[in-house]
Amino acid sequence: MKTPTEATESDGTPPSRDVPEAIKAIPVRHWGRYVSAVVVLVLLALLVRAFATAEGLRWGSVGDFFFDDQILEGVKNTLVVSVLAMLMGLVLGVILAVMRMSKNPVTSSVAWGYIWVFRGTPIYVQLLLWFNLALIFPILDIMPIYKDEMTDVMTPFMAALLGLGLNEAAYMAEICRAGIQSVDEGQTEASQALGMTQAQNMRRVVLPQAMRVIVPPTGNEFINLLKTSSLCSVVMYEELLRKGQNIGNTSSAVVELLMVATVWYLVITSVFSVGQYYLERRFARGSSRQLPDTPWQRARKNLFTFGRGTGSGAQGAGGIGA
Amino acid sequence: MSTMVKAEAVHKSFGPVHVLQGIDLEVRTGEVFCIVGPSGSGKSTFLRCINHLEKINAGRLYVDGTLVGYREKGGKLYELRDREVAAQRRDIGMVFQRFNLFPHMTAVENVMEAPVQVKRVPKAEARKRAEDLLDRVGLADKRESYPAQLSGGQQQRVAIARALAMDPKLMLFDEPTSALDPELVGEVLDVMKALARDGMTMVVVTHEMGFAREVGDSLVFMDGGVVVESGDPREVLGNPRHERTKSFLSKVL
Repeated sequence: MKTPTEATESDGTPPSRDVPEAIKAIPVRHWGRYVSAVVVLVLLALLVRAFATAEGLRWGSVGDFFFDDQILEGVKNTLVVSVLAMLMGLVLGVILAVMRMSKNPVTSSVAWGYIWVFRGTPIYVQLLLWFNLALIFPILDIMPIYKDEMTDVMTPFMAALLGLGLNEAAYMAEICRAGIQSVDEGQTEASQALGMTQAQNMRRVVLPQAMRVIVPPTGNEFINLLKTSSLCSVVMYEELLRKGQNIGNTSSAVVELLMVATVWYLVITSVFSVGQYYLERRFARGSSRQLPDTPWQRARKNLFTFGRGTGSGAQGAGGIGA
Repeated sequence: MSTMVKAEAVHKSFGPVHVLQGIDLEVRTGEVFCIVGPSGSGKSTFLRCINHLEKINAGRLYVDGTLVGYREKGGKLYELRDREVAAQRRDIGMVFQRFNLFPHMTAVENVMEAPVQVKRVPKAEARKRAEDLLDRVGLADKRESYPAQLSGGQQQRVAIARALAMDPKLMLFDEPTSALDPELVGEVLDVMKALARDGMTMVVVTHEMGFAREVGDSLVFMDGGVVVESGDPREVLGNPRHERTKSFLSKVL
């Protein structure tokens, strides 16, 4: 019914039809959404008010203790034991994963047994066992090189580190194995056909691609580990929770100090979640045609196009999350 | 003319499945040797045996006069170590049906990877060479693209450049156009034709009868793990002698 427009003559493109007027319809009103939003907001406000005005919770002391030297010491200790245990878990985990996939039945069954034991028992029990190792072996005697009382060796820090690290290794082993096995076999064939050795293939071709599968759960593992480190208070390790409880008990501000610990844990896990986001982005290279913008880049773009009506608007707020 | 590949009674089984049941053939240096046949005939398996991606169960396979994957000494066969097998494969380029480019590397990084890692070529030199090779396969403007950003035909041309970067004396092609959209087949075949004109020794498993007829110097038709018929491609394709060859060709031509 419509005739080709004149504009097509000059540029030689096939004749196109007039573009009809863009649809401007009145959108459906979702009244249910408004109602539920209001209900949720009211409930949330009530909850906040309840905590803010609670008699038993002196928010002033929460602020006072937040940067207390003892608390900061506890934060430091939590970070130290978590990072070291994670490193231990990573190194041991990669070794265990390689052992599990090896063709040697002895090494693969040993790795299997390790994972079976350390994943099959609660970490709480493992921590207590390490702490009480002196009851089993009063003397640590590594024949030619070292001999000492076990209680001198198995300090709270050592018990915490071994308990968390060895447990983490079992989980990391499975994550690494899944990552390595997720890489297409054709990749190994291609690198072999080019004359690369198995070690070169692993280092240059398989692991970089496995990282894409390994990094996200590893980030989650680390954040879990940070939180699990609070269990180390049972082996007298002076991490954040224990420090908080110490102060809380002596100054009769138990819940205030628990609040301090809670907020600190949230701060730490949030910081590491952001780090994880950028790490995942780094290893996503080549897997999709175009990397998505970071929340920061997106915010900047939205800022520049603000008010011009050309921006794509807020396409969902920042994608950070553990 | 010297011999590049020599197969003597090559057998290969996967468990109970007897895939290759005695292959005897000879690929001369500088020729384009085509292998055709129905799927499951063992043609890809045979190709993969040539660079020891598959171990053969019986017979002997030589590339450029050297036994593949083993050392024969005093009437006994010794398996080669990982490192020695890798050294043998350096001189044999391979192009896969599914390209198998390294997705975490750009086109130019894909091409320079093996020279840098395996031959210890300095990076700058390897990059220069890789850029030249990408020019040669018509992808000068795609150097910095990741494989996911390239079409199938472009990916396969990068894969050919990657294999050429090791200066192979023999190139193996495993159905290089089978995973491509029909309109992209031509660009890959053009690169292969140019390679053939330059005198590269090529073993090509293919369903492209036109290519075999045009540039092939020899052709074998395989079925059921044996060579049914062999000879000049134009002769075999134009005037097949065996019933099996006739019925296969009547279906694909």
